Amino acid sequence: MARTVTHCDVAVIGAGPAGLSAAVQLGEAGADTIVLDEKPAAGGQLFKQIHKFFGSERHMAGMRGFEIGELLLSRCEELQIPVRLNSPAWALFPDLSLGTTFEGLPSAIKAKQVIVATGASENALSFPGWTLPGVMGAGAVQTMVNYHRVRPGERALVVGAGNVGLIVAYQLLQAGIEVVAVAEAAHTVGGYMVHAAKIRRMGVPFAMNHTVLSAEGEGRVERCTIAAVDEAFVPQPGTERTFDVDLVCVAVGLSPAVELCSSMGMEMTHVGELGGWIPSHNAALQTSIDGVYVAGDVSGVEEASSAMEEGRLAALSALSALGVVRRPEAECLRTKIKESLNQLRRGPFGSTLAQRKEDVCRRHEEQCLTIA
Amino acid sequence: MTSRRIDDHPILGASPNCREVTITVDGSPLLARDGDTIASALIAAGWTAFRHTEKRHEPRGVFCAIGKCTDCVMTVNGVPNVRTCIALVEDGMRVETQEGLGTWRVP
Repeated sequence: MARTVTHCDVAVIGAGPAGLSAAVQLGEAGADTIVLDEKPAAGGQLFKQIHKFFGSERHMAGMRGFEIGELLLSRCEELQIPVRLNSPAWALFPDLSLGTTFEGLPSAIKAKQVIVATGASENALSFPGWTLPGVMGAGAVQTMVNYHRVRPGERALVVGAGNVGLIVAYQLLQAGIEVVAVAEAAHTVGGYMVHAAKIRRMGVPFAMNHTVLSAEGEGRVERCTIAAVDEAFVPQPGTERTFDVDLVCVAVGLSPAVELCSSMGMEMTHVGELGGWIPSHNAALQTSIDGVYVAGDVSGVEEASSAMEEGRLAALSALSALGVVRRPEAECLRTKIKESLNQLRRGPFGSTLAQRKEDVCRRHEEQCLTIA
Repeated sequence: MTSRRIDDHPILGASPNCREVTITVDGSPLLARDGDTIASALIAAGWTAFRHTEKRHEPRGVFCAIGKCTDCVMTVNGVPNVRTCIALVEDGMRVETQEGLGTWRVP
């Protein structure tokens, strides 16, 4: 039995870059907003990002992730937007009521509009020994090292040369952890060259066309074996190499955290390049449930910069639905956000991302027409 | 065991001064810092196996560190299956290595 029911204009689920940016936009327009997050601290993954962001001034280029987090949080404070921590949203219903926890007690929220910004979680990689303590998500290691400032190991192998793998490898070195190699199954580096060059200059070897065969150890990782793969990603006998490591950082992509969306019966669609299953949505980030929008990694895994733009876009959609912003004004802001998103999606991986996002929106519109 | 704390960092600088917090882990006292999660306090102390699985009794530690994967759950103040990576330490907290699915031991 819920002890309290709180009414609001917009409930934002998730206090990461997307959710907080949405909240700021909503607060500035005077909408009564509540932000929920299941963790004891707000900011999502911004506070473990100690590298400088790329892009233009609009994308806060040159600022480090945690500085952006501080900026968003202080803006929320100025606008007096409540950010409820330790408050998981455990149910969302089509009438836009929400089951959550507030100060340790069950609590209900009835919102007029809902923005789901639940982020993503790291993918695991299955190999013998993958469950041993010391085999961790690269983002998990990043959290421990940069946020909690503890070393989960002394010698690490990084698996995956995408941006996460490359950035984490560099940040391990900054934290005084040795990186024995970065293993990558593809034949090219997936992340930005500038990140790859930095760790290469620091003497970290890259094992391209290599995969993990196994991790071994008594009670925790002590060794990890990698091997070369052929074009079909089949490990080649005789190419095995074993490293004495107490940490294996798995950086093999992220999956959108869609549990809340799928459990309420939202239409879903599968797009590999965006991380897998995502809620079907249109260009205004409206999902198949009236009044529910998605923003950030949950709507397709990209970067924090795009998540912040999507947060603003979703907020704008919610404000339009509430009748708080006038149509010409909303159109003008929307155009600016879309230009900015297109810029972000134009990078080395960008064109595919932009294309996939457009596909998702087109499919969603077609589906809506069919249902209508 | 040497500390696994990063007290000096090229970007983040020196660690902020934090109040010390004492928790017990499997009955032994452990000094943590205010703001630590249970998981970060244990990792700082070199802890590896947070629990053992129900069927094969295999050790498990931290995998995702953001409350998603539930690999790091332990029994905290008698409540099993607490996600230690998003639960903050509190003075006098009783943390226990969890065996299998755990047992409720709340008075």
